[in-house]
Amino acid sequence: MSDLPVNLAYLAAAVLFVFGLKMLGSPSAARRGNALSAAGMLIAVVATLLARDIVAFHWIAVAAVAGAVVGALAARLVAMTAMPEMVALFNGSGGIASLLVGSAALFPATAGVSSVDAGGISMFTATTILLSVLIGGVTFSGSIVAWGKLAAVLPSGALVFAGQRLVNGGIFAALLVCGVFFALAPAPDSPYFIAVLVLALALGVMAAVPIGGADMPVVISLLNSYSGLAACAAGFAINNNILIVSGSLVGAAGIILTNIMCKAMNRSLVNVLFSGFGAAKSGAKVEGEVKPISADDAGLILEAASAVTFVPGYGMAVAQAQHVVHELGELLEENGCEVTYAIHPVAGRMPGHMNVLLAEANVPYDQLVEMDDINRRMANVDVAVVIGANDVVNTAAREDDSSPIYGMPTINVDHARTVFVLKRSMASGFAGVDNPLFFGANTRMLFGDAKASIAALIASLKA
Amino acid sequence: MELLPVYLAFILALSIFLGFELISKVPATLHTPLMSGANAISGITLVGALFAAGAEGPDWLATALGTTAVFFATVNVVGGYLVTDRMLAMFRKRAGPSQSGAASEPQDK
Repeated sequence: MSDLPVNLAYLAAAVLFVFGLKMLGSPSAARRGNALSAAGMLIAVVATLLARDIVAFHWIAVAAVAGAVVGALAARLVAMTAMPEMVALFNGSGGIASLLVGSAALFPATAGVSSVDAGGISMFTATTILLSVLIGGVTFSGSIVAWGKLAAVLPSGALVFAGQRLVNGGIFAALLVCGVFFALAPAPDSPYFIAVLVLALALGVMAAVPIGGADMPVVISLLNSYSGLAACAAGFAINNNILIVSGSLVGAAGIILTNIMCKAMNRSLVNVLFSGFGAAKSGAKVEGEVKPISADDAGLILEAASAVTFVPGYGMAVAQAQHVVHELGELLEENGCEVTYAIHPVAGRMPGHMNVLLAEANVPYDQLVEMDDINRRMANVDVAVVIGANDVVNTAAREDDSSPIYGMPTINVDHARTVFVLKRSMASGFAGVDNPLFFGANTRMLFGDAKASIAALIASLKA
Repeated sequence: MELLPVYLAFILALSIFLGFELISKVPATLHTPLMSGANAISGITLVGALFAAGAEGPDWLATALGTTAVFFATVNVVGGYLVTDRMLAMFRKRAGPSQSGAASEPQDK
């Protein structure tokens, strides 16, 4: 690993990663940026295979081919609506890979990798091995739980039980104790090492369990950050600079995204991680009468509108309604209406979830408007159509200081002239909070499956 | 050799700052591809896995750990880059000359 050419190749890879990430920030350059970063990865891998420390190739070949087939099939076959689950699983596989690399660094046999001196593993290396196992383990089991919640294999709400903090504290203390004992006498067969591994996996489960559905974007981006940090720790364990550089770039990127998500909910990261929001108390009871509307009447109003904005939420993903929404939007545009799509940063189950779905349905990205922009011009919007969104348009966040989501920035659809809310029934949203918007004077409820309702609107417009 | 951890820590600190600077101004539209693209980069742990799986040594357990790591890291890398590319291929700009601000006569298609 001390080979000069290998390290120069790593340098080239690091530069390509930086450029690639930079280009991922602009819609027109993003695809090339991703290709650039993939090229960097290829350079790093090929250079590694040519390094003189690697002498046995048969196992590598088998595992790499199997991994490539699985990865390629998964990437090709996954439905766009299942993208949050996919991202969670990829995070998890990165996490467990770093955990395994850290564990392998324990063995003196992997001399090229680990900084094992003749006398054994240094305390520094032992500590970094522990960190890669800890972070990798938390990433892995946390991602599996997140995947389970997103795929509805596990109950998607927040699970909070009495003494949860006590249990977490206990796991943490045990981790610390076992970690210290291991670092004092590091060896591959140390029972403390196994204990750390098991405790790290348990900690990941415990960390993900109390976080409920609407908070998933935060968890997904946080786990993304962890998968980078795990690679970074593995890099320290085996003294490899490219792992450290790439891992910390990803770690930083994930932290930034996590921060954006938290701001969009007006909550601190600590609050998201530990409060078990979905199970929390609810605010003032909202009373009033909802005013339902038929698809035909709604169609007439839409026909007369000159500015319509769609506000999609997780419900649109569940109903797979993105294609009919686009069809309705095109129909309105042909009618001379200005059509926009207002996207709340935490709409859906991962950062940018709605944007991907609408892109799949061929909605051009310059028609998507961010929250602050649409709020500024909401008074000029004739009809705001809320599709399967609830918390992100909840007026209680502005008006009711006893509401658990009070202070969360929302898309202020109630400032539009008319609001249509497409909703299956009168159940409350994911946060379990009542929404005064539904009782607003200018709100009309269009009950039913989102996809069927939109199709009915299209039919009435065409009639 | 004593200084090596310090050099690595230097790399760590500077990379983290670089990461913050690089990502801070990404439009919300690209949050998902950014996340999955960054996730693919975190598959760089594949490099470490290759060293672990390919090193000459008598210990089969280390080789087994490394080989499993190669598998998972490759899933992460290949799947991450391909799925990001698939998503980004769907993002398109409005076809017509009209910008989203202009209210009249959209001329798409």
